[in-house]
Amino acid sequence: MANQKLKKATPTMQKYQQFAKAREPARPILRNLTVAFVVGGLICVLGQAIQDLFIHVFGFSQKDAGNPTVAVLIALTAMATGLGVFDKFARWAGAGTAVPVTGFANSMVSAAMEYRTEGFVLGVAGNMFKLAGSVIVWGVVSAFFIALIRTLLVIGR
Amino acid sequence: MIYLWAFLVGGFICLIGQFLMDVVKLPPANVVSSLVVAGAIVSGFDLYEPIVRFAGAGATVPITSFGNALVQGAIAEGKVHGLLGVITGIFELTSAGISAAIVFAFLAAVIFRPKG
Repeated sequence: MANQKLKKATPTMQKYQQFAKAREPARPILRNLTVAFVVGGLICVLGQAIQDLFIHVFGFSQKDAGNPTVAVLIALTAMATGLGVFDKFARWAGAGTAVPVTGFANSMVSAAMEYRTEGFVLGVAGNMFKLAGSVIVWGVVSAFFIALIRTLLVIGR
Repeated sequence: MIYLWAFLVGGFICLIGQFLMDVVKLPPANVVSSLVVAGAIVSGFDLYEPIVRFAGAGATVPITSFGNALVQGAIAEGKVHGLLGVITGIFELTSAGISAAIVFAFLAAVIFRPKG
């Protein structure tokens, strides 16, 4: 898309775009990768601690403890997003907070809060999945075809 | 020991996400969607559960596990009810995460005011 735009631009515009691009601050890639790794890893460690709490204190099995752990992380994210803390942290941490389930929760909570002024039906409810919807649609469609192939392989045997 | 693996595996998945954002220059929504599809594909070869077994939350907390849960739920139901099971089983295991996210997002919209 960027190339198409460039073709339509007049020579002066092209010159300016090159000028602007050369002066654009370079992304601190190494720093971003390090922060994403450390923050993402720490969120998973927190998740592991919550999971162990469910296993050892509430007597969940290893397999059943995953779901309540995710629910707790989502609740914590909702709280942090509501208080305005999460977004500041997320801007700093990049994929470190976006890739764990915290990012999924944050996208839903912030969309719900943002559209509250448009009411609880069309605003909050209608826009809640505005960002999270892409994840659910791609997840479900790909899961459908993968599970379909697996199921057909079992039936065909 | 599982804490170390949770850190390393979870961190590595986030590192891949950041790489897709900064180097491949995909928008964040595309990055997260790609990771979900990647998790689903790995799960289709039954390779996700082994990672969960040694990395624990390092594999269940990143969004890739959403793809895994969708596939495993659909395959499990597919084994019992055939092709119809693939449709009925997709949300079997992910219900907790999605329900929790809907309820808490709604409550947050009721309680909090957006800042900035």
